[in-house]
Amino acid sequence: MNQPEAPTLPRSRPAAAHRRVLAHGLYEARLTLRNGEQLLVSLILPLLVLIGLHRAHAVTDIVPGIDTIAPGVLSLAVMASAFAGAAIATGFERQYGVLAYLATTPLGATGLILGKSLAVLCVIAVQVLVLGSAGFFLGWSPEPLGIIWMFGVVIMGAATFTALGLLLAGTVRAEATLALANVAWVLMGAAGGAVLPLEHDGAGALLLALPSAALGEAVRGATMEGRLAVVPILILAAWALAAILAARKWFTWK
Amino acid sequence: MAVSFSVACLRLANVRYAVGTASSARGVTEILSGVDLTARRGEVTVIIGPNGAGKTTTLSCAQGLLRPSAGSVQLLGQDPYRAGADLRARVGVMLQDGGLPQSVKPRTLLTHVAKLHRDPWPLEDLVDRLDLSAFLGTAIRRLSGGQKQRVALAAALIGSPELVFLDEPSAGLDPQSRQLVFDLIDHLRSSGIGIVLTTHLLEEAQHLADAVYILKDGVVVRHGTVSELTGIGEEPHSHTAARRLCFASPRALTRTELEDAPYPLELDSDANRAGARWGVPAIASPADLTALARWWERSGLFPAEISFEARTLEDVFWEVSSP
Repeated sequence: MNQPEAPTLPRSRPAAAHRRVLAHGLYEARLTLRNGEQLLVSLILPLLVLIGLHRAHAVTDIVPGIDTIAPGVLSLAVMASAFAGAAIATGFERQYGVLAYLATTPLGATGLILGKSLAVLCVIAVQVLVLGSAGFFLGWSPEPLGIIWMFGVVIMGAATFTALGLLLAGTVRAEATLALANVAWVLMGAAGGAVLPLEHDGAGALLLALPSAALGEAVRGATMEGRLAVVPILILAAWALAAILAARKWFTWK
Repeated sequence: MAVSFSVACLRLANVRYAVGTASSARGVTEILSGVDLTARRGEVTVIIGPNGAGKTTTLSCAQGLLRPSAGSVQLLGQDPYRAGADLRARVGVMLQDGGLPQSVKPRTLLTHVAKLHRDPWPLEDLVDRLDLSAFLGTAIRRLSGGQKQRVALAAALIGSPELVFLDEPSAGLDPQSRQLVFDLIDHLRSSGIGIVLTTHLLEEAQHLADAVYILKDGVVVRHGTVSELTGIGEEPHSHTAARRLCFASPRALTRTELEDAPYPLELDSDANRAGARWGVPAIASPADLTALARWWERSGLFPAEISFEARTLEDVFWEVSSP
């Protein structure tokens, strides 16, 4: 007996790759910017740190001036969105199976990571705009040429901390990610060389190998001296490479 | 009943999946021990089995979320684990836990996923078919379990897939919502879309399935159409050419009598008392009836009523899944 003809199904096709990544980046960026908790960590807290340290500098010289503080706070903000924010959001997405679902759509794993990175860059653009404006208002005067370097360093830092954040989110439970990401962000911001420069002698020299210290040094090098700090950039690249390799080995979708 | 298009859209051949390593404390645990399965376009392929049988792992291997330790998976002719966006656009997936972002509204999610496809299913049509309109603007975390299920189903279908995986699609649904989902599955089937679903609801499986695979301990222990499995069809398998016998006991049965019964008995009534109805799942020959009659004689029982019923998928399931 002849088998009946299969009906002609139109072949489902994916949207173009760049459209998928762009759509997902904007989708995630909108979600982040509408999330009160994320805004608090990404924008409000860094803004309070900037204003607080500026006021403290007026009282004591122990706290450096705005030209040192502003790039440090920018580094803190980059870590907030690229590391803590991305890790926590991704950790809970993984727990709820959202990552697994999205991995089965045309977005796929690569598109998902690129989309998340784009979303982080969108949020960082808002952070740079708001915190930079506040810094200028408080008297920050970065080297004009250094601002270009600063953007490059911020993108490098965002890539490194996003890779670290995704590694954390993809390997431990969401609740543990929440706790670890927040604690690591506070420690790296307060004592890891991001906001305030570290002493370069003794133990301080070892701490310079931290990604937070490298980011802080690189952003300060760009905005204060108008130079590209090569060693901190290499340190950031090494952390990014290590995180990507570790994520390839241990990251799981659910 | 659906037309059988006989075009395989999914083939699993001797698929094995293990977790752990020989050097780890727990050693290697094999979740799938050689699963063979074929799903066809325009058919509903139902995978059933007890908890831990490997249903979701089978689906995850088929969807490309897990890489089998051995064996091969062909999804629309490609290896799903290595496949790109072109293949993923042709497949819809509804995960067991939904896979829905909790803070997002259904309309936002569905609109976003539609943008990942070139020719998505019109959102408003999907909203109508699944009756989503009342909660499209409510954050997913505030929805009931049944509403979330319907959103997850819509998310699986928004790309107009050629094959759709549905892991427990009717879990937590009220009867009206379940009927909506059944109607949609019927529509998908008649459109020539392949559907692979898992369920714990055997009545649902019996109603929907064109092909049934029963998994136990990581292997397919039985498969076929519902008719083939229950022995009701035109060409019953010899080992399942059976009927279910029911009898009403004139009194409560003692533990010794139940242990002495030649076949496992299922209590169809709410309590073991006088007048209770008991079922014997697989009466396949006169010899079975003789054995049963001898047990009645030994026990001094004369059933008040005896009847035969068609075996159901549930009877087959209990038969193969009992230890």
